[in-house]
Amino acid sequence: MDLFEHEARELFEKHGVPVPRGRVAADPAAARSVAAELGGPVVVKAQVKTGGRGKAGGVRVARTADDAEQAADDILGMDIKGHTVHRVLVTEASEIAEEYYVSFLLDRAGRTFLAMASAEGGMDIEEVAATRPSALARVPVDPLTGVDAMTVAAVFPADVREEVAGVVEKLWEVFVAEDCTLVEVNPLAHTATGIVALDGKITLDDNASFRRSSSFEDPHDGDPLEREARARGLNYVKLDGDIGVIGNGAGLVMSTLDVVAAAALDAGARGPADFLDIGGGASAEVMVDGLTVILGDPQVRSVFVNVFGGITACDAVATGIVRSLEILGSRATKPLVVRLDGNNVAEGRRILGEAAHPLVTVVATMDDAAREAAELATAEV
Amino acid sequence: MAIFLDETSRIVVSGITGAEGAKHTRRMLAAGTNVVGGVNPRKAGRRVDIGSATLPVFGSVADSMASTGADVCVLFVPPPFVADAVVEAVDAGIGLAVVITEGVPVHDSARLWAHAVAAGGRTRIIGPNCPGIISPGRSNAGIIPADITGPGRIGLVSKSGTLTYQLMHELRDVGFSTCVGIGGDPIIGTTHIDAVEAFEKDPETDLIVLIGEIGGDAEERAAEFVRANVSKPVVGYVAGFTAPEGRTMGHAGAIVSGSSGTASAKKAALEAAGIRVGRTPSETAALVREVLG
Repeated sequence: MDLFEHEARELFEKHGVPVPRGRVAADPAAARSVAAELGGPVVVKAQVKTGGRGKAGGVRVARTADDAEQAADDILGMDIKGHTVHRVLVTEASEIAEEYYVSFLLDRAGRTFLAMASAEGGMDIEEVAATRPSALARVPVDPLTGVDAMTVAAVFPADVREEVAGVVEKLWEVFVAEDCTLVEVNPLAHTATGIVALDGKITLDDNASFRRSSSFEDPHDGDPLEREARARGLNYVKLDGDIGVIGNGAGLVMSTLDVVAAAALDAGARGPADFLDIGGGASAEVMVDGLTVILGDPQVRSVFVNVFGGITACDAVATGIVRSLEILGSRATKPLVVRLDGNNVAEGRRILGEAAHPLVTVVATMDDAAREAAELATAEV
Repeated sequence: MAIFLDETSRIVVSGITGAEGAKHTRRMLAAGTNVVGGVNPRKAGRRVDIGSATLPVFGSVADSMASTGADVCVLFVPPPFVADAVVEAVDAGIGLAVVITEGVPVHDSARLWAHAVAAGGRTRIIGPNCPGIISPGRSNAGIIPADITGPGRIGLVSKSGTLTYQLMHELRDVGFSTCVGIGGDPIIGTTHIDAVEAFEKDPETDLIVLIGEIGGDAEERAAEFVRANVSKPVVGYVAGFTAPEGRTMGHAGAIVSGSSGTASAKKAALEAAGIRVGRTPSETAALVREVLG
């Protein structure tokens, strides 16, 4: 999960990474009081999980508490690349001498971690990597022994090297202690008062939430259907098409989306409406939850249920589908195209055939089923 | 011959007393797999009845190896404990550790991999978050259904469990030497390249199916490896063309970041290496038939 800047800042503070003084505010009056408390000029920054907020007008310098209140009033509610601003971070403004870059991330190819550092921070680091690769140091980090901070800091000017190395050690501590897959500071500023993390990005490993004390669940985060799916424990991603997709196994569902997208293109439908992986079990309960979320999407016009019976036999899956339609009753309103294959498929198809639910069409192959679902999505109602 | 696993493999199951461990041990035994025992530090010395078999439970992988000559460990250990369990298996010197566990923190995967490398690389690790490995008709280490297909001359390596099952099903009349599910996590043990390299050397494999999905650049690196080192025909499939940027699609590693990790880039890299890539699982199966003639 990606964190907001103010949440990243919280974790930096917890582990002793220097950050500018400041606090998050949810309304203009609160922003004003933070600014008044800090005294002097402040920076008011939109809290959104996307880049480019500076260009969008989401970052403003305010000389006075009045200015800060006005800036917060302008920024709150703003839409930045589809993200609504619900909070601003108000911090003291810093006199910046130089801007650096430091990050820790996964090195998938090396099956380890990587530290990246550059004395040319403040800008898009992908651009630095592309145009002046020698300006970006990449240092592999052994998970067993940890970071060699002085090696990472070698890329920085001699007079700040030791101080930056100290911050690098602390950032590594954040990366490990908080189970991060990304910790990025850009810029890491050289200011009159020392080295300060002015902006930070953290991605937490969702698999490690069982051993993390702090929770960063965001009530505004993501689409309402995604929030509902999360509450039901479903692995769901909202997309913007009109064909609902349910399947078992992440790879098969991704593949289903691709096949549906191609079929939609041919039929004049819009494409897959979601990614929903119900896992191996495909019980009636999970089917009910899945169908409830998908049918709650007003854009959905047909649903494609694509299950390969591996561990779970197809007859159990078919029974799950039939029961879930009984439970949903009149809430099930859209046509369902079901493709079952694998373990005990004949019995599964027999069960669906016998139930003869008016909304259900059983199709033998994944490709034909996708075509059928796409045609149903474009049919006149 | 198959790769990594055959009829001589002697398997112990870590977490054999748990519901999943017991269920899949039963399935492995039913497939004719030589399961010789289980591991659970809290239940050492007991015996468990699984189907018609009675198996000894050992306190450690080391003990199980000493008593039974086990050379493969399949782990159904919950995420908080699995890294330590793999480290113990590596320290015991087991040849193959198959980590089925889903939801392993990536810092733990990085640690156990670094440990395996530091120990001299004598333990092959498959997974985590994978369905395991099957050499049909010989041995089954993990949760891949053994009744989809039988032995044959196709080798398959995949990040995805269900896509593995789907392709095994589509090509069930042809059969497979070995199918390896390497898992979709960002840090895994055995990679596409490791499996392809082994299939290239395996006299019983005539054709290799390589299944990938969005995220990272494992498919691109595998493509380069195939171009430089593989003489056998390879047929590919990549899932996730429709995946939006920045969203995790089920597997922890299945995420397009900026312009990297896309399905299009992977498909292009595979094709540039002379690998034919199917647009759907069934087209991929059709390509396999065409190449086999």
